[in-house]
Amino acid sequence: MKHLKTWACATALAVGVTAGAVAPQPAQAQDTNYVPLLTYRTGPFAGSGIHIANGMNDYLQMLNERDGGIGGVPIAIEECETSYNAQKGVECYEATKGKGALVYNPYSTGITLQLIPKASVDKIPVLSMGYGLSAAAVGDVFPWVFNVPVTYWDGASVVINYIADQEGGLDSLSGKKIGYIFLDAGYGREPIPLLEQLAEKHGFELLQYPVPANQMQNQSSQWLNVRRDRPDYMIMWGWGAMNPTAIKEAVKIRYPMDKFIGVWWSAGEDDAAAGGQDAAGYKALNFSGVGMDFPALQDIKTLVVDAGKTQTDPASIGTTLYNRGVLNSVIIAEGIRTAQELTGKKVITGEDMRVGLEALNLTQERLAEIGLAGFAHPMKVTCEDHAGSHPVFIQEWDGERFVKVTDWIEPMTDVVRPLLEAAAADYAEKNAPWPERTEACAQ
Amino acid sequence: MLYDIFVDPFVQMYQMPDFFLQVLWEGFVAGILYALIALGFVLIFKASGVFNFAQGIMVVFAGLTLVGLHENGVPAYLALILTIGVMAVLAYGIERIVMRPLVNQPDIILLMATIGLTYFLIGFGELIFGGEPKRMITEELGLPTGSTAFEFGERGLVILQHIDIAAAVIAILMVGALAVFFNKTRIGRALRAVADDHQAALSVGISLNQIWAIVWFAAGLVALATGIMWGARSDVSFALEIIAFKALPVLILGGFTSIPGAIIGGLIIGFGEKIAELYWGGLVGGGIESWFAYIIALIFLLFRPQGLFGEKIIERV
Amino acid sequence: MFYREAGQFKTSYEADQALFPIRQDKIGLGIILLVAFVVIPLTANDFFLASVMIPFLVFSLAAIGLNVLTGFCGQLSLGTGAFMGVGAYAAYKLTTIFPDVNVIFLVLVSGFFSAAIGAIFGLPSLRIKGLYLAVTTLAAQFFLEWCFIRIGWLYNYNASGAIEIPTREMFGVIISGAEATPLARYFVVLTITVLIAFLIANVLRGRIGRSWMMIRDMDIAAELMGIRPLQTKLMAFAVSSYVCGVAGAMMVFFWLNAAEPSSYSITLSFQILFMVILGGLGSVGGAFMGAAFIWILPIVLRAIPNMLDVDIGAETVEHLAFMVVGALIIFFLIVEPHGFARLWQIAKQKLRVWPFPY
Repeated sequence: MKHLKTWACATALAVGVTAGAVAPQPAQAQDTNYVPLLTYRTGPFAGSGIHIANGMNDYLQMLNERDGGIGGVPIAIEECETSYNAQKGVECYEATKGKGALVYNPYSTGITLQLIPKASVDKIPVLSMGYGLSAAAVGDVFPWVFNVPVTYWDGASVVINYIADQEGGLDSLSGKKIGYIFLDAGYGREPIPLLEQLAEKHGFELLQYPVPANQMQNQSSQWLNVRRDRPDYMIMWGWGAMNPTAIKEAVKIRYPMDKFIGVWWSAGEDDAAAGGQDAAGYKALNFSGVGMDFPALQDIKTLVVDAGKTQTDPASIGTTLYNRGVLNSVIIAEGIRTAQELTGKKVITGEDMRVGLEALNLTQERLAEIGLAGFAHPMKVTCEDHAGSHPVFIQEWDGERFVKVTDWIEPMTDVVRPLLEAAAADYAEKNAPWPERTEACAQ
Repeated sequence: MLYDIFVDPFVQMYQMPDFFLQVLWEGFVAGILYALIALGFVLIFKASGVFNFAQGIMVVFAGLTLVGLHENGVPAYLALILTIGVMAVLAYGIERIVMRPLVNQPDIILLMATIGLTYFLIGFGELIFGGEPKRMITEELGLPTGSTAFEFGERGLVILQHIDIAAAVIAILMVGALAVFFNKTRIGRALRAVADDHQAALSVGISLNQIWAIVWFAAGLVALATGIMWGARSDVSFALEIIAFKALPVLILGGFTSIPGAIIGGLIIGFGEKIAELYWGGLVGGGIESWFAYIIALIFLLFRPQGLFGEKIIERV
Repeated sequence: MFYREAGQFKTSYEADQALFPIRQDKIGLGIILLVAFVVIPLTANDFFLASVMIPFLVFSLAAIGLNVLTGFCGQLSLGTGAFMGVGAYAAYKLTTIFPDVNVIFLVLVSGFFSAAIGAIFGLPSLRIKGLYLAVTTLAAQFFLEWCFIRIGWLYNYNASGAIEIPTREMFGVIISGAEATPLARYFVVLTITVLIAFLIANVLRGRIGRSWMMIRDMDIAAELMGIRPLQTKLMAFAVSSYVCGVAGAMMVFFWLNAAEPSSYSITLSFQILFMVILGGLGSVGGAFMGAAFIWILPIVLRAIPNMLDVDIGAETVEHLAFMVVGALIIFFLIVEPHGFARLWQIAKQKLRVWPFPY
């Protein structure tokens, strides 16, 4: 025991010394474009995070394998594990920003909020693809933040549009009950103002069912409430372990699944599969392609996955969340390409990346060119509108896979945009002195 | 306002009796499931005075091992047996490596050691099985999956999930088996002796180490059963670990050392929180389930600091 | 050889009771402060300041806060995270209500709110003890977390449901918000932490601190000797929560920049409790050592594969880090249940006789 204590002293000392020696990592070699990926493959949200991480990583890696990077410059990819934890997210940011990071994809509303004010200071744009702060779509106020292709408020209005379609027009919404079950955190609360406004405007009743984060797998009360209130439609804003549990509970109370619509983060195959055949009819929003009949995905399969250069399970290629990750990387890659074209540089900086993202114009033709025809809706980012695209489609679970059931549905831009602008102004006011936009518009 | 608090909920209960019954049933099931987790705590606390925080992660670990083995092609029942074996090895390892060197340390140190164990098992489990949630192999294990609906009144309906019924039956069987084990077998009596007084037990020739390994193994079995039941309700993932916190108010109510206490405490919490959430939760925006159980426990404690069935605390200078 | 107190005579009771009675300790402390205030700012890079030192200091302060309650007064609490959150939300509200007041002052004031809340949740401690009390503090944890989510007023009805820190300056230097340099934030955090640590260390050796220790060691005996348990325990809850509240406010103002309620979850409570126990219950210095261990060790572990150029996935590193931390916690508990503070004392004992033991 005595020796053990000496040993322990030595260990403690060694830990202390090593701690002092955490040297700053050397900067990346200058002939690559460095893209850090803040991912989470552990923690309560790993179930959703793993597929996204794989998709993001594999597409960029495929570009490296196939084309030698973008514009002849390889992409240096580095994953940093955040576990969906704000403390680690900041640590990852600080650890990678000095290496010439081009863009950040935090994949967590909390981490996004921390990075938004830093983006303009450190001159590194934040790309929160379909999450984060909805108001960030207002490019005049948030020049450094992009939430291509769509904001939560767009998404919520699409759901209402879709429900109206089913019921025969927006007027027939009046008197209907629409339930909203959500993760009780910033993420799930974000759409509420819009839904409330629409409820008032179109005369439907909005019923809210919050699911606390530590009760994600214990939702029977919420669904009992649903059973009592008998809403005509259910909308879900869930993530991670909340999704499969909610779908199971919905099946359990025999809620009509075809009237249950999830946001694009509740669109995972694993989520719906928890309900199995009984969950057939469950719908979810989506904005990235379904399936793997795309040349680029085939390239990923042969060049990256089959070559054993990644840990992706081959069966997961083409699933919703994997494809979402791919789309995220497509936007990054196209942003880099645009930036290279605009600046004439091959190795770009975060500032160039911002210009590139702001000038991003992902047309139908360009999508076809990169082997992803029809994979996403064309996106055109402008200086004012950092969301770029907006329409989303709805996919339905048929018991085994998701099938696209609607065409692209436009959101109610006329309602959403004023709200976005008001929210952006509110944010700027509350965080006064919020810097005025000084970045010139490249278009 | 007063009407909403004092009258309306009861009117609702009366007007929709089928729904009230359903709420009671859900409360009953939730209570049973909480009780199962609490049972694991009680077993270990009774025999060794260790407040085992790792019970939550043991639930996840057992579930993951079972599902992980099955995914790798092991037939369900064989996987179940192998998992039991893994839990036995784990129990022995914990006793040998963690608990034995810590004999006679203060409560808080033992508590911390189990939290350290939690960290270790989280890392270990994720390393082996990956972090993604897995589907529980309910059908493969021969557990029922469907549901039965009972007509009630005119348009009333009470839906009973077969898996919930199975959970209740298994929990009751388990408690029964444990009661027999504790009261009728040699090892069970030795266990109680250890719980009463370590030194006295040692002096009559009971091996503390052996007893502790057995207790941890029993807790591992309870964890496995809990893992299967909770896993069938949602899925097996590391997020499930948080559920273990729900066992704490149950323990408080029932007392740390009482097996029937764990069951009754679980039922009180289960009924209490469902009824509160469904009939009163709406008044404050819902979602009160995350803390309501603790408040019940807190109020209880103010009147009975040792829990419902706990041994009376006698303090001397 | 160097650490020897021979020849240092105490001529008064005060000198004997000084915070650092041995000259070498004073010199050692001087060197540590010199390193902290001069050497580190001169040499460290932004990552080291922003991601290692600032969190380390914030956690140290929180650990000191919890140590007051758990280590000195013997009341086990699992609600630290929530009490830190109260400080953070209070500070945030104060900056919106009084935008012109110095932010450091507001951070220090915000601790009083958390002290008040802490005292309220400390009330049951008169009747409830030990592990039972730990569970009731969990009630505080989950209830307060729920309040942070539900009471829109607390976060100014932000659409994001989070608190975001505005830019504030002092003497022309920006000290909070995104534009603040890590150096400026480091100095603020360091100064507050050192001051409060010094203050607490002094409180602890005085009448109040001793009455806490009496309650911890044997509450009935303490009562018989004229210590009022209610006041003493509530005082411990209040002081502890004050320190934790300030730490929580610093956490969001000078480190994270924005915080969701989940930043102050039960995980944070455990993080702090670990630091306290591994550092050593009832030791202010131990709180620093525990915080260094729990916060810095994983960072080091994650950096190791990078240094060695081993190619393993980021998540595998994370898993291994979890396992190593868990195993080390158990290892240290087995070897020295009284924490690093005790190990440090043993080391000092050895130093006294070094290099000629006997």
